[in-house]
Amino acid sequence: MKVSVQREDFDAGAEIRALSHDPKVGALASFVGVVREVPMTLEHYAGMTEREIAKIVEEAKSRWQVMDCTVIHRFGKLEPTDQIVLVAVSSAHRADAFAACEFIMDYLKTRAPFWKKESTSEGVRWVEARASDDAAAERWQPQIAHPKKLG
Amino acid sequence: MKVKLLFFAALREQLGSTGEEIELPAGVTTLGGLREHLRARGGSYAKAFAEKALVRMAVNQEMAKPGAALAPGDEVAFFPPVTGG
Repeated sequence: MKVSVQREDFDAGAEIRALSHDPKVGALASFVGVVREVPMTLEHYAGMTEREIAKIVEEAKSRWQVMDCTVIHRFGKLEPTDQIVLVAVSSAHRADAFAACEFIMDYLKTRAPFWKKESTSEGVRWVEARASDDAAAERWQPQIAHPKKLG
Repeated sequence: MKVKLLFFAALREQLGSTGEEIELPAGVTTLGGLREHLRARGGSYAKAFAEKALVRMAVNQEMAKPGAALAPGDEVAFFPPVTGG
């Protein structure tokens, strides 16, 4: 498992190829997040970020057959078309690789301590957390009946 | 007891502080108690730590709830909901 939180760009192709050396690998699934339209600065909580990502990867490994995994997340100043994040997963079969990759990405968005600040022509603003991201992460929860809230 | 506070992102800017070492009054022993203690400072702290403000909390780099007990030397972080990925 490789987790890196870094300022520098990464070579997604090289990172994915590095996961394919084991002859038992039959599937490599990956996701690359890219800055869309607006320049931004990413802040993070050094130390906790790496720990949270490692926990998310461990959780994925406990749910699916994951052979290896690489997560790279950048911070600092980023411009439109810049790569922000890479999640790459190797497995014997595609179903596990796809699911684990999507799970890690969904959890990363709601748990890893990163914050985006966008710079538009009208000024700078902190991006607000979105309910749709919470919903995306929650769909991986086991389907148990939620106790009703009192009051 | 002394703990180390850290503030991030919009909260850091709102308070004009990246963090501080703080000596807690004897009555403050939990994370929720600490948040209330900070809110009572007034000004930007009252607004940032208002009951309705969406503030996330971590103790020693683990997400934590208001009931979490604090120990001397803990690293306590306050920040807005995360927006990475």
